[in-house]
Amino acid sequence: MPYTNGSTTPPVIEIQNITKIYKMGETEVRALNGVSLTIREGEYVAIIGTSGSGKSTLMNMIGLLDKPTSGNYAIRATETNRLSQNQMADLRNKEIGFVFQRFNLLARTSARRQVELPLFYAGVGAGKAAQMATAALERVGLGDRTHHKPDELSGGQQQRVAIARALVNSPSILLADEPTGALDTKTGEEVMALFEELNQQGMTLILVTHDTDIAAQAHRVVTLRDGEIMSDEMNGLTLEPTPVVAYG
Amino acid sequence: MKLFRYFSVALTGILAHKLRAGLTMLGIIIGVAAVLTTTGFGSGAAADITANIQNGGVNLLTISSGSSRGGNNPATMTMADAQALSDAQIFPDLVYVAPQYSSSATYTSGSEEGTYQTIGATANYAIVTDLDIEYGQFFTAEQVEKNESVVVLGHTVATDLFGTADAVGQSVRINNNAFQVIGVLEESGGAGFGSNDTRAYVPLQVAQGRLFNASRYRGNYSVSTISIQVATAEGMDDAAKRIEQTLRMRHNLSKDDTNDFTISNQADLLETISNVTGTLSILLGSIGGISLLVGGIGIMNIMLVTVTERTREIGLRKAVGAHNSDILLQFLIESLVLCVLGGLIGIGFSYGVAAILSRMSFMPFAIVIEYWALVLAIGVSSASGFIFGLYPAWRATKLDPIEALRFE
Repeated sequence: MPYTNGSTTPPVIEIQNITKIYKMGETEVRALNGVSLTIREGEYVAIIGTSGSGKSTLMNMIGLLDKPTSGNYAIRATETNRLSQNQMADLRNKEIGFVFQRFNLLARTSARRQVELPLFYAGVGAGKAAQMATAALERVGLGDRTHHKPDELSGGQQQRVAIARALVNSPSILLADEPTGALDTKTGEEVMALFEELNQQGMTLILVTHDTDIAAQAHRVVTLRDGEIMSDEMNGLTLEPTPVVAYG
Repeated sequence: MKLFRYFSVALTGILAHKLRAGLTMLGIIIGVAAVLTTTGFGSGAAADITANIQNGGVNLLTISSGSSRGGNNPATMTMADAQALSDAQIFPDLVYVAPQYSSSATYTSGSEEGTYQTIGATANYAIVTDLDIEYGQFFTAEQVEKNESVVVLGHTVATDLFGTADAVGQSVRINNNAFQVIGVLEESGGAGFGSNDTRAYVPLQVAQGRLFNASRYRGNYSVSTISIQVATAEGMDDAAKRIEQTLRMRHNLSKDDTNDFTISNQADLLETISNVTGTLSILLGSIGGISLLVGGIGIMNIMLVTVTERTREIGLRKAVGAHNSDILLQFLIESLVLCVLGGLIGIGFSYGVAAILSRMSFMPFAIVIEYWALVLAIGVSSASGFIFGLYPAWRATKLDPIEALRFE
């Protein structure tokens, strides 16, 4: 696939003219209507929109949890159209770290075990998995909480365990769905500070939110409305502006 | 090995929900314990009966008066028949021939009174049926010859009448005749079949004459049974055939007449009884099996609830890269582990019940848990874990990760 902007590395996310149509009985709902979006290595992007704007659908597409009705989606130049369920699961495991609004931690399971979960499905041996999980927990500042269970951790700490779990397999992108939605303002800010730090370390971040204050902390804001991209703007000048171009 | 690691996942899942796991396993625990103790009852009873019969002596043929087809045939078997069979010239292979006449009689000693099966026997009866004497001795051939009024009591009879098993030398009235106790048998245990605890033995002609005034047939006293010890086990069938011919001839039976006696072989009896107890075991086992089935359905029920309850977990696992087969295996193995664990606890439980019950005085025999029953219990419980875990596990794989993650 040719890249016209002169960059040698392919974009992490390359979405071309994606449409997603849900059938609700007789009527069709176009959740996404011709969306194109390119996200490069090291970007920090917020996808914002009201409910019904299609941002959740777009997140599911990016997260390989759902397939578009039409259009192309490549993650690190891997076309995803023809992938089987298992291949999609493997790609999620390898390329995408999920952070959810409600943390989605396993009940009565220690922080380390939570973080080991993606490694289990990646087939990493128990000893190495424990090492990697501990390292990931240290990275989010929970090196001393590895044996704590969710009910022994604060909300902010639980979300950081979830972030460690998302990071542990060194994914290409961190995909966060309303990551501060279940937290108070102060712990929310802590989590946002952690995201900023991770981005400084080179992690590509995608934040899906309806909260403009949260979105304002990202470096690039993509606004969705009625299944289409309304605007795509840079916040500040910390990065070279990336033009929104449809490739190919 | 990835498969092996699912067991730790399953164990973690079970340990995280101890109460629910315990309640789920309860069905399997009770089912397995029920199967094992009930089949253990059957096996124990069978072993007990077999031991009692084998106790009765080796290579034993028993000829009873009357046809095996029932009916009120006159008592045609007599002392003369026993005499004929005792002829060593014609029947060299019949080691002992012991005729008996039995009926029930009333025993009184002081204020104690009881009715017991009373067997008139010859001295060799004790050898043929392998009686064990605890106190005193069995009557001798001489005492039988002289028609002495002596009696050998079963263990229970002695303790009933005299309050002690050591009743040798005491006197007792049997149907108002005075008798002297010369021996008491060892307790044989068991309540019914083959137990001689509630019997008493007197010399044969004393029973036929003074006690019961037995009927006569062609001038000879009738007998109820003749017990015969045959020299070799292999010669049993042949001996039985020749005895049958002799008795038919002696009783003037024509070709079309049915036998007016029944020859039973100890081996045949054992076979019949093992058939009966086998059927009993199957019956009891299937009752236990039904409770195991109910336990399995309980597992399915809980596993279905578990799947619904853990929708978010399943969604998360899929999001972080679990294949459908991973989810299927996880829940299947969880169900399997629950069932096998329940099965093992059930086995332990049934051994406990067996140990306690076997010590109870009212239990006539020990519960015998056999290895095939253990294998069956483990097999059936793991099979039910697999079968009843399959549907819930399959349901789990069908969950859409997006929906599952949203599930509140």
